[in-house]
Amino acid sequence: MSLKLRTGMLLRTAWLCAGIAGSAFGQGPEGSNPTSIFSPASTPANSIYDFSLFVLAICAAIFVTVFSLLVYSVVKYRKREGDDGREPPQVYGSNQVELAWTVIPVLIVVVLFLATARVIHALEDALMPAGTTEVTAVGHQFWWEYRYPELGFITANELHVPVSDPQHPTPTHITLLSADTDHSFWVPRLAGKTDLIPNRINHMWIDPHETGVYVGQCAQYCGTQHAKMLLRIIVESRADFDHWVAEQRQPAQGANFTPGRQIFETTACVNCHTVVGTNAHGTFGPDLTHLMSRETIGAGIALNSPENLRQWVEDPDHFKPGVLMPAMQLDGSALDAVTQYLLTLK
Amino acid sequence: MGDAELIPKPLVAPPVSETVQPFFDRVHGWITTVDHKRLGIMYICYALVFLVIGGIEATVMRIQLIRPHNDFVSPQVFNRMFTMHGTTMIFFVAMPVLFGFINYAVPLMIGARDMAFPRLNAWGFWMTAFGGIILYFSFLGGSGLYGAGSAPDVGWFAYAPLTSPVFSVGHSSDYWIIGLLVSGFGSIATGINFVATIFCLRCPGMTLGKMPLFVWLNLITGGLVLLALGPLTAAQIMLLIDRYLGGHFFDTQAGGSAIIWMHFFWVFGHPEVYVLIMPAFAFISEIIPVFSRKAIFGYPIMVAASVCIAFISMSVWAHHMFTVGMTSYGNAFFVASTMAIAVPTGIKIFNWLGTMWGGKIVFKVPMLFCIAFLFQFLIAGLTGIMLGAAPLNWQLGGSYFVVAHFHYVIVGGILFALFAGFYYWFPKMSGRMLSEKLGRLHFWLFLIGFHLTFDFMHIPGLLGMPRRIYTYEPGRGWDIWNLIITIGVLFQGAGVLVFVYNMVSSYFKGELAGDDPWDAWTLEWTTSSPPPDYNFAKIPVVHSRRPLWDIKHPEDPDWKYDQ
Repeated sequence: MSLKLRTGMLLRTAWLCAGIAGSAFGQGPEGSNPTSIFSPASTPANSIYDFSLFVLAICAAIFVTVFSLLVYSVVKYRKREGDDGREPPQVYGSNQVELAWTVIPVLIVVVLFLATARVIHALEDALMPAGTTEVTAVGHQFWWEYRYPELGFITANELHVPVSDPQHPTPTHITLLSADTDHSFWVPRLAGKTDLIPNRINHMWIDPHETGVYVGQCAQYCGTQHAKMLLRIIVESRADFDHWVAEQRQPAQGANFTPGRQIFETTACVNCHTVVGTNAHGTFGPDLTHLMSRETIGAGIALNSPENLRQWVEDPDHFKPGVLMPAMQLDGSALDAVTQYLLTLK
Repeated sequence: MGDAELIPKPLVAPPVSETVQPFFDRVHGWITTVDHKRLGIMYICYALVFLVIGGIEATVMRIQLIRPHNDFVSPQVFNRMFTMHGTTMIFFVAMPVLFGFINYAVPLMIGARDMAFPRLNAWGFWMTAFGGIILYFSFLGGSGLYGAGSAPDVGWFAYAPLTSPVFSVGHSSDYWIIGLLVSGFGSIATGINFVATIFCLRCPGMTLGKMPLFVWLNLITGGLVLLALGPLTAAQIMLLIDRYLGGHFFDTQAGGSAIIWMHFFWVFGHPEVYVLIMPAFAFISEIIPVFSRKAIFGYPIMVAASVCIAFISMSVWAHHMFTVGMTSYGNAFFVASTMAIAVPTGIKIFNWLGTMWGGKIVFKVPMLFCIAFLFQFLIAGLTGIMLGAAPLNWQLGGSYFVVAHFHYVIVGGILFALFAGFYYWFPKMSGRMLSEKLGRLHFWLFLIGFHLTFDFMHIPGLLGMPRRIYTYEPGRGWDIWNLIITIGVLFQGAGVLVFVYNMVSSYFKGELAGDDPWDAWTLEWTTSSPPPDYNFAKIPVVHSRRPLWDIKHPEDPDWKYDQ
């Protein structure tokens, strides 16, 4: 095969790869990649995105240089047909050349380090302005607990935060704790990940610039159902957020003395779940006070529909094999009753 | 001079003993052997068995991930698969196979008749072997024999507190701990042996500066083993104390620290990467010169760069922990040390290129693997720089990008170098050549499979897919990439099958190799293939780094030059 033909094939392949990559990382909040690190929507993710382009450019330049040298030497210095069979001249080294390919990489590394240190400092040592929303996220096997200490309520699995105007930022500061094993909080479009580690207090912050739903998932292996510990952040306008907060601060609105509530409060449900305003005070499982204000159940793995809810109570393993919630062994009518009760927890 | 003994002898069939020994005598001979060559071959065969097992575990994972919400295996089984795959490939494939080659080649290359401590050598091998068996026994006895088995499911770095008795019920984690503890003792013994052998048993004339680069790099490997395995062994013992004696080192429920385990593990874990890559560098540094027909370029710089890498590699461990919430100063330190290691590594790549530059490159199978190694190791190094930049690591750490990166190092780098080593030294070990035709088929199948799998594995990482998930949601743009990744596994599997077939068939009816099939320059090619028990009838005397070059080119020997 001629060399030209090979080069042509290489170029075509490269073009094809670029095309595939281009379509793969398609941007935009409604795009097909809701978790791409290349469509940032918050300052931390944005800084990392800009920084990543810089690093990629340097790495690409190094790659092209060294790869060309490799291809050149393989092609140019291959043993040719009709070789005289003599050994090539033996060269043992060259101090000038060695010096060159030591100094240049050192300079590149220094530049890269300085650029990196700048971003680390900007993100990690950022001061939170007044008006910052405080949230404490607690990782559990295999769901997320969200506490709003200044606002005085607790919710689970769906984090609501106010949108932040880049001119007058109102970021959300998240304190990260763990109730059991290591977890990691990763919503790629909003920020890099930070681990939740038992016996340790970690911090991160986000300031989403656009309203919408941002998804991610636990990024540190935490046990059997690590894969289905999804993250869901709902970014709302200030007014919507305040409205949501006002609702969350209310005790449960559920009807009194329905059969479902009786079953709920007289079985083991209350050992793990809290419903504010009733005698359910458990803390091992998600707070259910305003369960119906959430779009999903099981840490984001199923839509919060009456059928799914009933299925979940009947057999949590159906959605999430290995989940810590046991099947409560309720018969059909009891299941219907409990589901009806849960549906009233608006 | 003694050069007369160094001249390669004409092509003859490997010696066949007149009377074939009874089967049990032969088995007994292998089990009780202290010969470095036999132990080397046993290490290699042992590792190949585990390579197939680890490959099957990887295949199970890839089938499970071929599409979203697949239910080929349960989450429990998947979690065991990635734990066992990682542990197996690092401790029971990569380490033993590399130790096997070092064991086999180093005494031959330095003109010695065996390792410094032959019995310790045998002990090291059997410890490693028992370690693997203990780990795999968990499949039978992980829950106590009555509760039947379950392999550990804590991940290969077994972060606390997942390993505490609360989260890891039964004995599967104990098998993991004790398996690694036992094989770790074996590795430490072997490390001692490498260092002692290289320092004490070099033949007359072979000063440190005249050792083949292979020997230098493996001297560094031995040193790194001694530094790295200690912390792991200590951590495993502490974990056992936690699990059985009521200790609280890592027990976060009682005030222990999960972070301390991470430090212990990665103080071992990162130098371990260099324990594995140094022998790969060693293979490349022998094979590229021979197939470029030139002396290695910049020998003293290569040695200095390798020593430098070894030192720096002891100070970079926390780049595995950029997401645990270190201070900005802590993060910056580990960014600096991690990036610093790119400089000596780059120097090595440039020197290999310098060796090829101006040579007459012969594209035999070992060289093909070396060229692929250079290409892939370059990319692995560059993705390493990306991951070493802490802010990017906050996005990409713990994602499939990391998985792609370290497989690029371990498969694209170490395994390719190993395959090169197999094709290069198999003739010495068996007396017969591996088939060049099958070798090329193996090379291309594996190359295509490797790139299908691990090139495309970077992409789901960039698109937010974390590692160690047994299934994933549709609609994230990950589906197509996972499909391609899994297809690549088929090619890799086919490549390995061709390789195994090649070894078996060539062992019985391959072309005879003779003493020096590659027209090479180091001492192992002066003795017969396979070498006699005592290696050299008379201990050789050398005058330069390439004793055979000196003999083949008396008009222009290496020792004339001040190298």
